Order: sequence, then C-alpha cells, then structure tokens
Amino acid sequence: MDHENLKNQILSLIPEAEFRENKQFLEIIVPSAKLNSICKELKNSGNTWFDYLFCLTAIDWNDHFMMVYHLTSTKHNHTLVLKTRVDNHQNPEVDTVSDIWRTAEFHEREVYDLFGIKFNNHPDPRRLFLEDDYGFPLRKDFTDEINMIVR
Amino acid sequence: MADEIVKNIILGEDDDYVINMGPQHPSTHGVLRFEVSLKGETIEKVVPHCGYIHRGIEKMCERDTYPQIIHLTDRMDYLSAHINNEAVCLCVENALEVEVPDRVKYIRTILDELNRIASHQLWWCAMGMDMGALTTFFYGLRDREKILDIFEESFGSRLLHSFNTPGGLMNDIHPDFQKKTKEFIQYFRKKLPEYDQLLSGNVIFQARTKDIGVLSLEDAIQYGITGPSGRASGFACDIRKIQPYSAYPKVSFKEIVYTEGDTFHRYKARIDEMYESMNIIEQLIDNIPEGDHALKMKAVIKLPVGEYYQRAETARGELGVYIVSDGNKTPYRIKFRSPNFSNLFIINKLATGFKIADLVAISGSLDLVIPDIDR
Repeated sequence: MDHENLKNQILSLIPEAEFRENKQFLEIIVPSAKLNSICKELKNSGNTWFDYLFCLTAIDWNDHFMMVYHLTSTKHNHTLVLKTRVDNHQNPEVDTVSDIWRTAEFHEREVYDLFGIKFNNHPDPRRLFLEDDYGFPLRKDFTDEINMIVR
Repeated sequence: MADEIVKNIILGEDDDYVINMGPQHPSTHGVLRFEVSLKGETIEKVVPHCGYIHRGIEKMCERDTYPQIIHLTDRMDYLSAHINNEAVCLCVENALEVEVPDRVKYIRTILDELNRIASHQLWWCAMGMDMGALTTFFYGLRDREKILDIFEESFGSRLLHSFNTPGGLMNDIHPDFQKKTKEFIQYFRKKLPEYDQLLSGNVIFQARTKDIGVLSLEDAIQYGITGPSGRASGFACDIRKIQPYSAYPKVSFKEIVYTEGDTFHRYKARIDEMYESMNIIEQLIDNIPEGDHALKMKAVIKLPVGEYYQRAETARGELGVYIVSDGNKTPYRIKFRSPNFSNLFIINKLATGFKIADLVAISGSLDLVIPDIDR
C-alpha cells in the first residue's frame, strides 16, 4: 500500500490522528489518552494490520516527552511511526501497549528505567538495568558530577 | 499438622526451588543472570536479570560526534561489529543524502557476510561446548581464525574494527584481500559439511534439541524475535530482503525460513545461513569496482534537523539505529534497537516446562550477546 492510500485508511480508523512531515515513513501523532485503543485498532484492523512493533523509545524535549512507536505489518509490509506526547515532565505517565505487542513490555521497562516514564497497567513495572535509587540518566537534566564528562 | 510441617517446611514442596544461573555461568557468555524457579528438575519460570554490563552507550553518544559514535557501536554486539558500524554510517549517509561509491558498497557487503560467518562459527562452537561437545570449540575457532586474519590484515584489528566511517571506509582494503577471501571460501566450503557430521547428525544432540523450546510464529512476531531465531519459526524478517541496503539488491540469495521453530531448527537456520553468506561473497568478490574507498566528507558532520531510522541485519537479527538530530554535530537522541534485547525475553516462554539442562540448549540457540542487551 502506498503512503496516500495508507493515510486514508488510518484517517478513516482514527479521525483525530495528526500527520507529520517525515521523509522515510508515514508519521502520525495521537492523543496519549486514547493511545491504547488506537493501537488496538491499528493492529486488529485488516487493512492496516500493524502486528510487529520493532522499536519503542522516548525522546526528552525538555518540557515534555515524546513516545515513539515504530510499527510494521508483516502482511502488507508497510511501516508507520506513531507518536504520542506526554506533557507532565515531572511525573510522566502513559498507557502501556504491552497487552497489544508483548515485546513492548520489555522496551517499556527500559524506557521507565532510563527516562522515568511510568506505564499505566504495566504487568511488571520494575527497573531493568539500574539500581532503584539511581536517577533517570537519559533525561536531559540528569547530572552525575562524579562519572559524567561534560563537554 | 505434623504431615504438613514435613511437607511444607522440611521437604519444601510448596515452595519453588530458586537457583541463579549466572552472572558467571559459562553458558550465558557474559554477565547475565537467570533466576530459575524449579519444581524438581522442571522449570517453572525464568526471570532474566540484566544490567551487569550497562555502560550507557546511548547517553555517551549524545555527547559524541558521528564519527566518534562508530567506535562505541563496536562494543554493543562485538561479534557483528562491522554491521553495527555500517548501520550508523548508512543512517548518517541517508540523512545527508549522499551516495557512497559502488566500491564501498561491495566491500561493505562482503565484510558483512564475512562477519556473519565468523559470528556464526563462534556461536556454533560455543553452543556445542555448552552442551558438552568440546570438540566443536576447537573446530569453530580454528576456522574463525582464518577470517580474523583477513580482518587483521586489512583493518589492523581482529574483533572491533571501526572500519566504516560516514562516507566510506577508513582505508582501502589490503591488496591480498580478494585472494585471501577466495582461499578462505574454498577452504570453508570443505569444512562446513564437517560441522554437520560432527554435531547436526549426532543422536544425543538431536535428542536434546528437537522439539525443545518450540516458538510459534505468532509469538515470534509478538515478541519481535528476529534473525535466524525468528526465521526458524517462519517469520520472514530478513532486512536484507525487506529493505536492502549496500550491495544486497545486486546479489541473489535465499532467505532461510523454517516453520518448526524448535531449538534444532534455530541451529539449522544458522548453519544454512553460512552457506548463503558464502554464496553472497562469491558473487561479489571478483566484481569489486575500482574507485575511491571513501567520499570526501566535511570535517564536521552536522545532520539536518529531523529523525532518521536505519534497519540492518546483524548476525542475530534486526538492528535499528534511530537518530534524532537538532542540527548540531552531536545527535540529540540516539536509540539502538538491538536484536538481542528483544530476543532475550522470550526465554521464559520457551523454557517453561522443560528441564534445566534444556535451558542451556535454548539459550545457546538464541545466540545471545550480553553487551548488546545492556548497551
């Protein structure tokens, strides 16, 4: 399916989706409150069928976080970048998608570990790599005077 | 009452018996700890604990320039060092919209495949050794040494090459590179059937791997299991076919896909991949075009504002490099989607219900490299 066609398909499924300029993939932004139901829709609808989540990560934009989901379909072979904005920079929270794609469970644990974003309804919300009292190192305001070399 | 005490406290029948495999266990090939809950000898649950070798590569990359990042990516999956380097280089080149010379593309592809063979050789010898067949270790390392010698001659290093750089290669290949590679292919074509004779056909090996740790196609996609492990379950996830890069569009090769998904077929997929890698090298090695080994790049590389994603197929699965640039000489955020990270967490599903000795076979067949999980 080409970009234009896929775009129409997605618009008919999710009217609130906001399309963004991206040279490589089709990219949409959705409201974080509806994230879980939108992801279910994208995965289960026969024309989109995004069944393989190959990358999940977050970006710290200083005043808000952006969750980024790279989705692809093993049947139709099209790719979509789904983004959602997490506004609260102090106590960021977003719904989990681990009930839709199991691989998200561990990627979300990594994001929690490194960014401190909490995932609602996550089955195993523990840290993955670091100690419990360590900060969240991939946040832009993280500092560690002893171990970090700042240029 | 007394019966209950004997049962619960003295025999401990109600409790799971928990043992730790690792972080120093030889079959985890690095520092990874499996917390294994047992009932008798049967596995109830496996909880992987990682982070022992977390170095914060993504954080370090945020303060490094793009040519510097190349050297850090070696240290993730150190057995696919060349492919990791290439993924970052391709991402930077695509962002700058530059086209590298054909010579670079050919050499990169040949090195990818040599790297893949070397990695699979080490996996094969280590998997045999984990399961008690020590001879495989000597066979595998003997043949791998020949590839490492080729690498050493051209790059000056054996494992962590950092031979790629945005825009091409650090140096041209050694004049003997083509001759040596052809000699190696000729040699290894004779030796690879020995691997089958030694291990694949072995009755004990087959009994320990067939129908053990079966992974279904649905689970492979759900958990994002890529590489030979995913393809053994019928998940056609070869990035070299889906999104070809470098010289892969110019070669013909077969994507190895099995449908059984057990430990034995994950093993078989890798053995077959070595044959395919040799086919790819043979198609390219005589046709390397003349020309420059690198483009002339600016001294300071700055990517335009935007987001760039590059997928590449390492020896273990799909590597993703996701760069977010704000126009500076360092990336604003870089994320490595490492294949081993996704492949690790299926282990609970695969090993549950099998014996503890099978856990060694299953984790061996997933071919985990721990520094790639922790990054």
